[in-house]
Amino acid sequence: MGRSAQERLLKSPLPDYITRVDQVGVEERVARLCSRSIKKSSKIQALKLILSQIDLTTLEGQDTPGKVGQLCQKAMRLHGAWPDIPHVAAVCVYPMMVTVAKKALGESGINVASVATAFPSGMAPMHIKLDEIKMAVGEGADEIDMVISRGNFLQGEYRAVFDEIAMCKEACGNAHLKVILETGELGALDRVRHASTLAMHAGADFIKTSTGKIQPAATLPVTLVMLQAIRDYFYETGRMVGMKPAGGISKAKLAIQYLVMLRETLGDAWLCPDWFRFGASSLANDVLMQIQKQHTGIYQSEDYFSKD
Amino acid sequence: MDKKNQKRTTRNAKQKTASKKAVSTKIKRPAVDTPVEKARLQVNKTYKLYINGKFPRTESARYYNILGADGSMIANMCRASRKDFREAVLAARKAQLSWSNASAYLRGQILYRIAEMLEGRADQFAAELCATGASKSAAAKEVTAAIDCLVYYAGWTDKYQQIFSSVNPVASSHFNFSILEPMGVISVLCAPKSSLLGFISDVAPLIAGGNTLVALASESAPLSAISLAEVLHSSDVPAGVVNILTGYRAELVEQFASHMDVNAVVYNGDDTEEIKLIEEQAAANIKRVIIRRQGAKPGPYQISQAQEVKTTWHPIGN
Repeated sequence: MGRSAQERLLKSPLPDYITRVDQVGVEERVARLCSRSIKKSSKIQALKLILSQIDLTTLEGQDTPGKVGQLCQKAMRLHGAWPDIPHVAAVCVYPMMVTVAKKALGESGINVASVATAFPSGMAPMHIKLDEIKMAVGEGADEIDMVISRGNFLQGEYRAVFDEIAMCKEACGNAHLKVILETGELGALDRVRHASTLAMHAGADFIKTSTGKIQPAATLPVTLVMLQAIRDYFYETGRMVGMKPAGGISKAKLAIQYLVMLRETLGDAWLCPDWFRFGASSLANDVLMQIQKQHTGIYQSEDYFSKD
Repeated sequence: MDKKNQKRTTRNAKQKTASKKAVSTKIKRPAVDTPVEKARLQVNKTYKLYINGKFPRTESARYYNILGADGSMIANMCRASRKDFREAVLAARKAQLSWSNASAYLRGQILYRIAEMLEGRADQFAAELCATGASKSAAAKEVTAAIDCLVYYAGWTDKYQQIFSSVNPVASSHFNFSILEPMGVISVLCAPKSSLLGFISDVAPLIAGGNTLVALASESAPLSAISLAEVLHSSDVPAGVVNILTGYRAELVEQFASHMDVNAVVYNGDDTEEIKLIEEQAAANIKRVIIRRQGAKPGPYQISQAQEVKTTWHPIGN
């Protein structure tokens, strides 16, 4: 985005509508979609798709280059015994670990995603947030996961939130920008919907539910509201925006329910790693165990799958 | 004060006589809505599964009938599915670490607590045994023996380690010692005619040694086992340490033997076909197979049978 285009965006009016969300309706719709039964070959297909959509994540204060390196090995070879399963979409780390991850992943085709903007609180001056993004991108990050200033949003300073996202988008350059709304701190679904719309108009490539540090993290109702926001934004502007639920999705069964919801809300075009991601640290192993269960008919144990 | 009380009692007496009168007049009048004295509607217990400290129904929504000694139906029993078993193993795995790390003293206290709770409900268990064919005296005797069995293993929790552990002489400068560690998650197929005592003789030594388990109660006589779940539930046994399923043995035996997250399978019975199947299925993750053709007579070997021996070579000077 050139300078003038950027200035245009900063001065552009905020979306002047706020769509209200019918909470009871959303919950009923979610319950209905979750009752779908996905079995046999379609289940295996779904499980493999889930693997290819995972952002394998480690965002701990105790992360070390060794641990990140190990995670990258896992990302490239999820299970040594099966060469024909897909690798994950990306590895998600702190900016300090981007170099390590980039080097470990090499030419594997797996992206490096870096959180930035004073993750997870977002409590830092703007210039520091922008520097953090530029640093991560400079080290080779392909995707940036930023957090919005929830304080500003809850105070009603939507302009500030909009401008913040727009400036971060500019700082990203060619890197993809995922905007974390931290829905656990927003409260009502109305606000989730509003924040989603703001983020997309400000230039987000992806909208993401949570940092994973706050409970509740990703939930099915919140994700459905965000998917609906993406659909309406697509009808309005023709631009596709991706979706990333993150935090608390550690079971394959739940992940399949997310896929059902995605398929029914946005259609087949979004059913790929380019437009839908799972932010998860322990989902991959459960999916692997389910695939193995489908092949052997025997329930599996974590003991026989490498730690992630 | 006394006067007041007197007044109150006289007033109450008056009210009572008044209400009696009212009833007697009502009975004379033959109205449609007259409350007729009926036999009280029976409040029967719904027998359910015991998984993760909760009492769910089977997810399969299938049931089978339990018949009494006289051939009449006593209860509907859950016919557990392999998914119920899977949930139970998850619960047992989750509970495993903290239960095996609990001190021997605490495990003993909890086993003793189960005995205390069972003592208080001895009549209920005796009645249930009678309903399925035991004589009154035999039932009472069995309940007492079951309680004593629990107390017996409660005493063993902090003693078996001394008996079975050893310091081993080795020909190098090492301090070499062996200690017992629980096997982990154990699936238990109770004897086909296992009653209360049979069930407790199976389960008590396993949990005394720090294992967690999923037990399939006897197919034809599961009442005591599933009622025992209520006792366990109120005895400080952490959720998931003991999980109890009811259902068709033939349907579940393969699952009990094949699940990769189960460390050992205990089989009560002498069906050679089933034993062969179990040994084959158990091979996939080399789980221990413990076959009991004659049931489990109380003794410390029932505990050590479900333990792994860990030997440590600790370098010492020179």
